[in-house]
Formats: sequence, C-alpha cells, structure tokens
Amino acid sequence: MDGPGMNMITKRPDILVSVFDAKLHYDVGGAFAAMRGKSTVVKAVDGVSFDIRRGESVGLLGESGCGKTSMGRLLLKLEEKTGGTIHFNGEEIGAVRGSGLKKFRSKAQLIFQNPFDAINPRFTIRQTLSEPLENADIPKREREDRIIAALELVKLPEPAQFLDRYPHQLSGGQLQRVVMARALILQPEFVVADEPVSMLDVSVRAGVLNVFRDVRDRLGLTAIYISHDLALVRYVCERTIVMYLGGIMEDGPTEDIVREPLHPYTKALVAAVPVPNPDQSHDPLPIGRGAPDPRNPPSGCVFRDRCPAAHARCAAEIPQPKPVGTRTVACHLY
Amino acid sequence: MSEPLLSVRDLRVSYQVGRNFVHAVDGASFDIPRGSITGLVGESGCGKTTVARALTRVIAENAAITGGQILFDGKDLAKIPEREMNALRWRDIAFIPQSAMNSLDPVYTVEYQLAEVLRRRGGMNRKQARARSEELFEMVGIDANRLNDYPHQFSGGMRQRVAIALALALDPKLIIADEPVTALDVIVQRQILDQLKELQTRLGVSVILVTHDISVVAYICDRTVVMYAGKVAESGTMQAALTAPSHPYTMGLRNAFPDLQGAASGILTPIEGAPPNLANPPTGCRFKPRCPFALDICGTEPPVVDVAPGHPVLCHRANESAALRIEAARTETWMAPA
Repeated sequence: MDGPGMNMITKRPDILVSVFDAKLHYDVGGAFAAMRGKSTVVKAVDGVSFDIRRGESVGLLGESGCGKTSMGRLLLKLEEKTGGTIHFNGEEIGAVRGSGLKKFRSKAQLIFQNPFDAINPRFTIRQTLSEPLENADIPKREREDRIIAALELVKLPEPAQFLDRYPHQLSGGQLQRVVMARALILQPEFVVADEPVSMLDVSVRAGVLNVFRDVRDRLGLTAIYISHDLALVRYVCERTIVMYLGGIMEDGPTEDIVREPLHPYTKALVAAVPVPNPDQSHDPLPIGRGAPDPRNPPSGCVFRDRCPAAHARCAAEIPQPKPVGTRTVACHLY
Repeated sequence: MSEPLLSVRDLRVSYQVGRNFVHAVDGASFDIPRGSITGLVGESGCGKTTVARALTRVIAENAAITGGQILFDGKDLAKIPEREMNALRWRDIAFIPQSAMNSLDPVYTVEYQLAEVLRRRGGMNRKQARARSEELFEMVGIDANRLNDYPHQFSGGMRQRVAIALALALDPKLIIADEPVTALDVIVQRQILDQLKELQTRLGVSVILVTHDISVVAYICDRTVVMYAGKVAESGTMQAALTAPSHPYTMGLRNAFPDLQGAASGILTPIEGAPPNLANPPTGCRFKPRCPFALDICGTEPPVVDVAPGHPVLCHRANESAALRIEAARTETWMAPA
C-alpha cells in the first residue's frame, strides 16, 4: 500500500508525521437547532491525509475557518481527532498517554501567534523559559545554561540582560523570539508555528522570519507554518498545502503553486495577494462571493458554489486527491 | 495641479499621559488632491491613526491638536468651532473607524443605523431614507432585503461593505478609512478594495486609506504619505514611492516584506531596532538610530527637501537618494546600523 498516511504502516523511515483521513468534527450544539433538524456539526477538518518528511517545511495555507489551525492542533495532540490516524515517528499519537505523552510534548512544539498573549505577564523571561525545563525534569543546575543557549539560538543579543525582565519590557520582535526560544528549549524535532509574525510590524517581521528559517536549518527541524499569507509561506516553506473548508485542495512545491496554481480555489487565492507593484492586475477574482455556512457545506466538492469551473459532477461526487505533475490536486478538472 | 481638497500643514497632536506629553504627531504636512486615493502608511505608533482622527477632530479625551492647520474647503478644521465641525462630519467628511466591523451597533438593524445618519444629518424623511438606503446597499453589492438584518447576521466582509455604505450615505467629499481591510482574508480584502476603488472613481470622492500594509496601498492608491515616529518621512505618487523611495525608512520597508512576484531566492532584510518612544524621542532625525546612512548632521532637525515636484522628503541626505537607493538594496547595508 502507498499514498499519504499509509507510509507509516509500511514504515518509511524518512517520514516523521503521517496523517490519514484525519477528522475533527465539533458539535457546535444548540438543542433548538437540533430540534429544528438543523445540522450542528462543523467539520473543521474532514478527511485530510498527508505525510511530512523529516526536515521538511510545510505551509498550511488558507482563509479563516478553513481548518488550518485545527489541523495544526491535531498534529500536536492539543485537540483529539474524531477520526483517522496521525502517526508521529511511527507511533499513533491518539493512544499516547502518561510518560509517552510527556515525551511527545517535548518533541513536538507550538509557536504561538500572538506573543503578547502567549507569555504570562507576571513571569520574568527566566521563569517563562524555566517552566518547560521543569516539566521535562531537567536538573536545576543545567537550566540557566539551557535558557541562555536557547536565547542565543533565536539571536537575542546579550541574552543574560533579558532574564530578569518582564514581557512588557520587551518589544514585540524580542517577545516573539522568546516565544520561539520557549518552543525550542527542549530540542524538539517538530514545530508548528501558527501565524507567528501576524502581530508584528513589517520592519521587524523580517528579522523574526529570518531567525525561524535559520534555526530550522541549523537544528534540522521539521516544521509546519500556518498562515493565510502566501507570500510569507513562500518565504519559509518549500511545500504548501492549501486548505478550504476542512479539506485539502492542493498540495505541492510552493514555487509551483505560486507560479501556476492548479486548483480553482488556489488560482483565486494567488490572484488575490496584493503585491508592491503599481502595475499589478486589477482583474476581478475568479471566485464567487461569500463562503458557505460551515455547518452546511455544499454536497460534492466543498468549493463548487464559488467555483467558476463547476459542473454537474462537482455536486454529485467528492473529488479525490489526484497526482498532477509534482502536486496533488482534489478537483474534477484534473 | 488644481487646489487640493485637503491641505495639512505642520499638524501637531499630543497626548497627555500622566504628567508627560507624548507628541504622537509632530509637524505633519501633506496634501490630498481631489478625486484621489491616498495611502497613509506606517507602523503601529507612528501616528497615522492619530492624524486620521485629528482630521475629523474625533480624538481621545487626553489628546489635543496643539498646532498647525487642516485646510479643507477654505476652512481651517483645526480652528473652527465644534458646532461648525460637527456639521461637516458625515456630510463632507466621513470616517470609517479601525474596527469598522465592530463599530456597528449590535442592537439596531442596519437600516436603523443608516436611517439615523440620513435623517438626522441629511434631513431626509423616512421614505427618502429608505430609498437612499436601498440605493447604497446596491452600490456596495448587498441585497436590499438584508437592510432589516442585524450586524451579527453579516459576515466580516459584508459588515465592511455596510460600513462603506454608511460612509457614502451623504455623498461626502472625503472618506477616511482606518485599516478597512486589515482583519479580512485576502480574497475578501481584494473584493472590498475593488469595490472601494470602483465607487471612488465613479463618485469622484477622495479617500484617505490608513494602513500598515504597503501592498494594499500599492494596489489601489494614487498617492502615499509615509509616516515614521510622528512625522511624515516622505509623500508623493504611488509610482514614486515604489520605484524611487527617497527616505531611508521607505527604502528599508521595501526590503522587509515578501513579494509574491519577487525572486524566490530573495532574502528579507529587517530594519534593526524598533521605533523610538515618542515620550522621549531622539534629537534630530527620528530614524537616525536605525538608519544605516546616518551622519553626524542627522543629530539636527532634518529639512524637507523636494526631490521631485510633489515629492517632499524629510532627510538630510535626500539629495543623495539615488545613490542611497542602490546601497539600500543590498542586505549588508542593513546588517550593522550606524
């Protein structure tokens, strides 16, 4: 057997994370809605499969509500999946408990979106960075050195001067580096970064992105970068997975996707990105207005009601991911 | 060039914080031509929102316009009595606040909120207001039968369209929109920008778009005003700002954000450091601590130099800008600031 998600079972050693038919369905509840026979289930992630090779950087790209953040949380077992399998290093993470879970947590880390929310304002930087070390039972005498090393890794100049400071005494860019240091301090193999620069100003953003790329390359990290911004994803990821309404539309090398998007949704997404060029195209986007109600997605292809190329088959049949050149595309056009 | 619609001269706005004064806007000057879209760009804390609010004189309680002129249609908005200013709001100058999505009152229908402006400010009767509301909804591309809906029944993009309809209600001469598309997804963002541009061209209204996103400005603006630390670093046509940036800060910004059309191998170059604390700004040029081209003379107040007609730049080295641009394009230039 081959294909995404199957590789773990056949034990391919170059695969770190393997996702097969992952589902995360939330019941958004409401007894009244249920009584009226309305659907109350949101399929945040619905039947997603992909593999991530060791050392690979993958962008999860999509608009708000597409399921990219939910997918990231599933990968880190911060959310329990409601279906499918996710293997990490050959082990199904759903069943991991106790000491195994503790070990998993040290190997797979999250870099949060908003550095101002991600750090306890009453903790000094030293306390913030000691906590994961305590949890991992690192002896006290080693901690200070590990903290300094982590701060050096993220290129905070003269790290010792920051240890006794509080978050409000740091700038946004410095704070995001601390958030990154905290995620890296236990030397994980795998990090999920959820829009890590969206709260930062443009002039400091580049510095944080460069540190991310540099650290990833130096430590040989496997990384997921979640974002709605294709230009940012292109800067940090060689591969991009495009999500829409809980499913994968297209998956392949970022450069190919930017140059020649195949899925009609990706086409609209690429065309919509503003570029700093006064001569850019002002053609109307090839997409219908208004995303559908996630509780009540269209039958067949979830994108069909906004798709300029939709035809009868799109309503009848859910398009399965197909290999097209270097990519995988879920669309009946291919 | 014909008489500009709005002319801001040496505008100063200060906030009182405890016993200190923070000079959020410290001598800003720029013109807004008739029938144009101008992007007011800068990072958080640069004073762009304060400028936008000062133009309508809707500023925080601890803030005051402490100097300068805001010349609009022969009046100085910085000086006219509040009653006269109030008469201009909505009718001549409309403001779309930053959180436009939340600025609609959740307990009233959208029609009620439109009618409030149309009847109280525009002197229309109920029937006229209803007709105008339908017309406005059609302009921004929302079905008129949704007028009776409440704000929560609209998506984020639709609410933004409602906010635009509200701003257009009384045919103002100037619309000031503060980060109108920041919280929206790229596709919705693009659709809203297209709508705004189309209406602006059709109605001939002038728009000031306040944003931190240069790409958004590049997409729909004719002109741009770049702010840094309470001052206007440079202003001019969009074309000039993108192809011939003449202030080192604008040059640095150009290198700092990813461009989907640029080379894949391109490396982003940050501007080291952070904007200064405005309670205690550096003497002389405010960009000096982060500027790779700073000289001793930059410790003194920089002059405003016209590098081209209608392209003023606040920099001691503005006349060397062509040479500096070549330097600024190199990553190494920004590695070790002076």
